[in-house]
Amino acid sequence: MSALTELGGAAIRSRVAAREVSCEEVVRAHLDRIAALDPRTGAFLAVVADRALARARRLDVALSAGRPAPALAGVPVALKDNLHLEGSPTTCGSRILEGYLPPYTATAVDRLEAAGAIVLGKTNMDEFAMGSSTETSAFQTTRNPWDRERVPGGSSGGSAAAVAARMVPVALGSDTGGSIRQPAALCGIVGLKPSYGRVSRYGLVAFASSLDQVGPLARTVEDVALVSSAICGHDPLDSTSARVGAPDLVATLDRSIEGLRIGVPRDFVAQGVERETLARFEEALRALESAGARVVDVALPRLPHAIAAYYLVATAEASSNLARYDGVRFGLRADDARDTRRLYGQTRDRGFGAEVKRRILLGTFALSAGYYDAYYLRAQGVRSLLRQDFERGFRTCDLVATPTTPAPAFRLGEKTGDPLQMYLADIFTVPANLAGLPALSLPCGLAGGLPVGLQLCGRPFDEETLLGCGSAFQRATSFHALVPPAVSPS
Amino acid sequence: MARVTPATVDLVTRLASLSLTEEERRLFARQLEEILTWAESLQALDVAQAEPLTAPSAPRELREDNPRQGLDRDRVLQGAPDPQDGLFRVPRVIGG
Repeated sequence: MSALTELGGAAIRSRVAAREVSCEEVVRAHLDRIAALDPRTGAFLAVVADRALARARRLDVALSAGRPAPALAGVPVALKDNLHLEGSPTTCGSRILEGYLPPYTATAVDRLEAAGAIVLGKTNMDEFAMGSSTETSAFQTTRNPWDRERVPGGSSGGSAAAVAARMVPVALGSDTGGSIRQPAALCGIVGLKPSYGRVSRYGLVAFASSLDQVGPLARTVEDVALVSSAICGHDPLDSTSARVGAPDLVATLDRSIEGLRIGVPRDFVAQGVERETLARFEEALRALESAGARVVDVALPRLPHAIAAYYLVATAEASSNLARYDGVRFGLRADDARDTRRLYGQTRDRGFGAEVKRRILLGTFALSAGYYDAYYLRAQGVRSLLRQDFERGFRTCDLVATPTTPAPAFRLGEKTGDPLQMYLADIFTVPANLAGLPALSLPCGLAGGLPVGLQLCGRPFDEETLLGCGSAFQRATSFHALVPPAVSPS
Repeated sequence: MARVTPATVDLVTRLASLSLTEEERRLFARQLEEILTWAESLQALDVAQAEPLTAPSAPRELREDNPRQGLDRDRVLQGAPDPQDGLFRVPRVIGG
């Protein structure tokens, strides 16, 4: 049944709906592949095989009884380990949540399961999603299926590696500054950060609440659209969830992109992009032109400041969100503390890794008396300027294109000693989070034998145009069909 | 505009309820200084007319204030390190 793991979510669903294959067979094929490949990949922190098989059998019985197949019937999914699945631990890649069992399931996960998807497990991530390589996980190293000595990207690196290695056709991640798109690019798959407010964050562990968004990773735009259609839409349990209808993103995928204007911020892209990565980007633009799009220049003058603004805003919000991990209400406690003050300090000292501490300190500094105006408030002002840039830019173009990352996957350990270099890996992805825009990363070929991504960024809540363009790109190219060399079981 | 001395790190560490080793204290002082120096480019921008953007889209309306059943207390407390009789147990707060 190994061929089943080559299928995308849409193909699995149609075979399940036609009763050519059972959900149980689909789930077993993927569980077998995880058992064969994950010891060398390290994508999963937990596999919920019994739960998955039980749900698959239940769905098979329902289908046998003549119930119509839902939109994701039998499609295996993996969840980044900051999304709650009731009854399974949520670790967030951190020791501080040791022993914590979430008492409820995230809305996005509930919606996937309601659509017939079957959760196979929880995937590795940078601790509290703080990182661009999955190396800050307290538990294990995740390797890039294209080159086991390289990072899968991050922070949703486990989800990206699992999809690239055909252990699941689709996965959920979260994206605060590029954590879906950057690993998708480095693993050669598709990743979507939806518009801010598009997907409920109920049951997603908070990192930076004005930036976080849940989204899908898959090997095709079609699967990304399928999953997005299932998880998008207003949720009364998340006050930031937008009151806009959930569009049918699959129905609009075949639209022509004739005349679509794709803006390129040339000055910004010209600086600091590795040579081959830039070449693949330029070729991708030509492929879009061949498909009917018009490539135009767009001025986004404040773009170079996005990364600095991002690291002040994100860390400030994180320092506040992570204050709740104090050894009282969740997970880990330093049992030997004599008083509550020491309890907080010692629990947080033992529970948090270096990157999380660094960001909490930076964020606390940016919010502290005497520095608040100069750092936090100024960064929020820059964010406002950046959004104005995009609003102006979208008067002359429909999408903005950049490479997703400045270079392909770096080596494990290459940047762990230099946080600033690690932060700069997010230079092209953070603007969409700051401005709340939807953005998509698409595989656009290889640089030095490693995948790189084309990033498209759209107007708020215009996922239709974004995914329509991504689909047109995949009809015109075959980069998404490239298979990583290191994924055959041996 | 050097800012981050070990004393600054001590203050921020206390505000953040962290406790650091001497090695972490020195490392973070140096790294925070590097990161903030790099973020210095923001100071060149004129933000006087820019309304700080705290979130891309604020909720437009508050939800109805309808009472409803919350999560089960015992199940929620299962995730805590030391629950007892529906409460969180902690070490002594005063006079420790």
